[in-house]
Amino acid sequence: MATPSINSVKTTPVPVPETKFKKFMKQCSEQKALLFMTIPFVIWLIIFKYVPIWGWTMAFQDFKPARSFSEQEWVGFKHFQFLFTDERFLGVLRNTLAMSMINLVLGFVTAIGLAVLINEIANMGFKRIVQTISYMPHFLSWVVAASLVSVTLSADGIINEILATLGLADEPILFLGIGEMFWGILGAAETWKNVGWNAIIYLAAISMIDQEQYEAAKIDGASRLQRIRHITIPGMRSVIVILLIMNIGYILESGFEPQYLLGNPMNVQFSENIDVFVIKYGISMFNFSLATAAGIFKTVVSFVFLIAANSFAKKMGEGGLF
Amino acid sequence: MSKEKLRSGIGIRRTREDVIFDSINYSFMVLLCIVMLYPFINQFAVSINEANDSIKGGIYLLPREFTWNNYAFVFQEASVVQSIVISVLRTVVGTAVSLFCTAMVAYAIAQPNFMFKKSVTIIFVMTMYFNGGLIPTFLLMRDLQLIGTFWVYILPGIIGVFNLIVMRSFIEGLPISIFESAKIDGAGHFTMFFRIVLPLSLPVIATVALFVAVFQWNQWFDVFLYNSSNPTLTTLQYELMKILQNSNANMSATAASAFAGSGSESNSANMVSPTSIRATMTIVASVPIIMVYPFLQKYFVKGMTLGAVK
Repeated sequence: MATPSINSVKTTPVPVPETKFKKFMKQCSEQKALLFMTIPFVIWLIIFKYVPIWGWTMAFQDFKPARSFSEQEWVGFKHFQFLFTDERFLGVLRNTLAMSMINLVLGFVTAIGLAVLINEIANMGFKRIVQTISYMPHFLSWVVAASLVSVTLSADGIINEILATLGLADEPILFLGIGEMFWGILGAAETWKNVGWNAIIYLAAISMIDQEQYEAAKIDGASRLQRIRHITIPGMRSVIVILLIMNIGYILESGFEPQYLLGNPMNVQFSENIDVFVIKYGISMFNFSLATAAGIFKTVVSFVFLIAANSFAKKMGEGGLF
Repeated sequence: MSKEKLRSGIGIRRTREDVIFDSINYSFMVLLCIVMLYPFINQFAVSINEANDSIKGGIYLLPREFTWNNYAFVFQEASVVQSIVISVLRTVVGTAVSLFCTAMVAYAIAQPNFMFKKSVTIIFVMTMYFNGGLIPTFLLMRDLQLIGTFWVYILPGIIGVFNLIVMRSFIEGLPISIFESAKIDGAGHFTMFFRIVLPLSLPVIATVALFVAVFQWNQWFDVFLYNSSNPTLTTLQYELMKILQNSNANMSATAASAFAGSGSESNSANMVSPTSIRATMTIVASVPIIMVYPFLQKYFVKGMTLGAVK
């Protein structure tokens, strides 16, 4: 646009000198329909997803909702400093890491294991029934799931009944009242809810494995377990790596619904994670700046982990996400 | 000997290992199904059992004294009926709006020569990793004056990035020849979108519809955040959440306190307990989804695979 004359000199006899801008406009008018289809939603995206990122400035202010942006008081890293010296937040951080590590490991191991075992079912009808049932909890809301968990673990719930019948407990155990048990309960609840769903992708990966490999292994006398170990599991390798990278990016995302719904004053020292902390400080106590600082910390750490895991996978020759 | 080994190896006869493996595997699968289903069936049994009888405990898979009274009580409660209406409304409206918008953008970014194909895709995908977080989003809703309205359930979620990618992958997989022949016949992008792509994309639309509908139906957190002070806009899941929180806080709650503000108007013929109400609400809140998802299984399994591979 700035140098139309040079452009027109260089281009050989064209009646109207086409500048970059004109080309751009021409393309726009040719693709009018596609632009109509996307521009409203790009605007929507900017308003609903990008404008809130501007809100991160709150973490560096003593934000008061009634004041305008220019009237806010800037305080630098005060809120971050507070977070990392606050004993409660350090506990929250420990809980977040512990729960997401448990979820990560349990989630992978159980889903891969279930996929392998489902794949070994020869009866197609039974296979389908098992799969359909295993998806069911994934579709229930966390409110319903948390309610089912708390009923199951209550004093007269089925777990306590089984323990009593087996003579393993003299009196009912109030599982949700024991803080030390919370991480385990959460891991079990997450597994119950999502294992069937998470297995879908591994089953798809298994179905891509060449059946001839199995036939050849059988002829060579490989046992069932050997075939699983040397054919099925290596066949899922690339899917496992991709999902691992994606999940490592969510290392501080241990979820908040189950922690919020199953948390109570008796287990709060173990159930409170960053998201619950943000809700409590931000929404209930109106400390917007501190809550936002905690949220930023979570996002930034997740992003760093994602990049690191991705480049690590690339170095290992697995080809990363991006 | 070698002949027998060959035969068994090819799978005509099962080896001893196969028999042991299969019996362990099949038993494990049966156990797994029991673990998956039991909590739900148990709550169903409690919901159709006489409330005072349920308090004695010992209800497992079947009711002892069958009754529909718990359902009658729950459906008499104005707040429950109101919340069901809102839940259905947001599920229907939210799903319809989201499907339309997501499919349209997916169509555009699936066009190989669209000038902003890459940049539009990138700015959408970026939001999967970066978002403002809870508080800035809350303040945005306040500034847009969406708090206390129904639209706060719909507008923030009209396009889900994961769904967008799933749809784009599907549309990109459609045979190009269809588009080319339509173009020769003079069809514009809108015609192609409505007349060709939408009808051909029914499998992926079913998948995304299920994802969005489940998400909308199961939501309680946005109610808690934005509309907890507006009792006419609460959802079923939110009402169940209140009951859950109540029973956590107060194990010996009375029937009346299970519903905040239900007071003494409850019909004395329908004696109910918090345990029964909670079980009944649990079933009411999950039955629609449980009825639908098995029929869409074929589609969402494909959709999940498609979305994750890309």
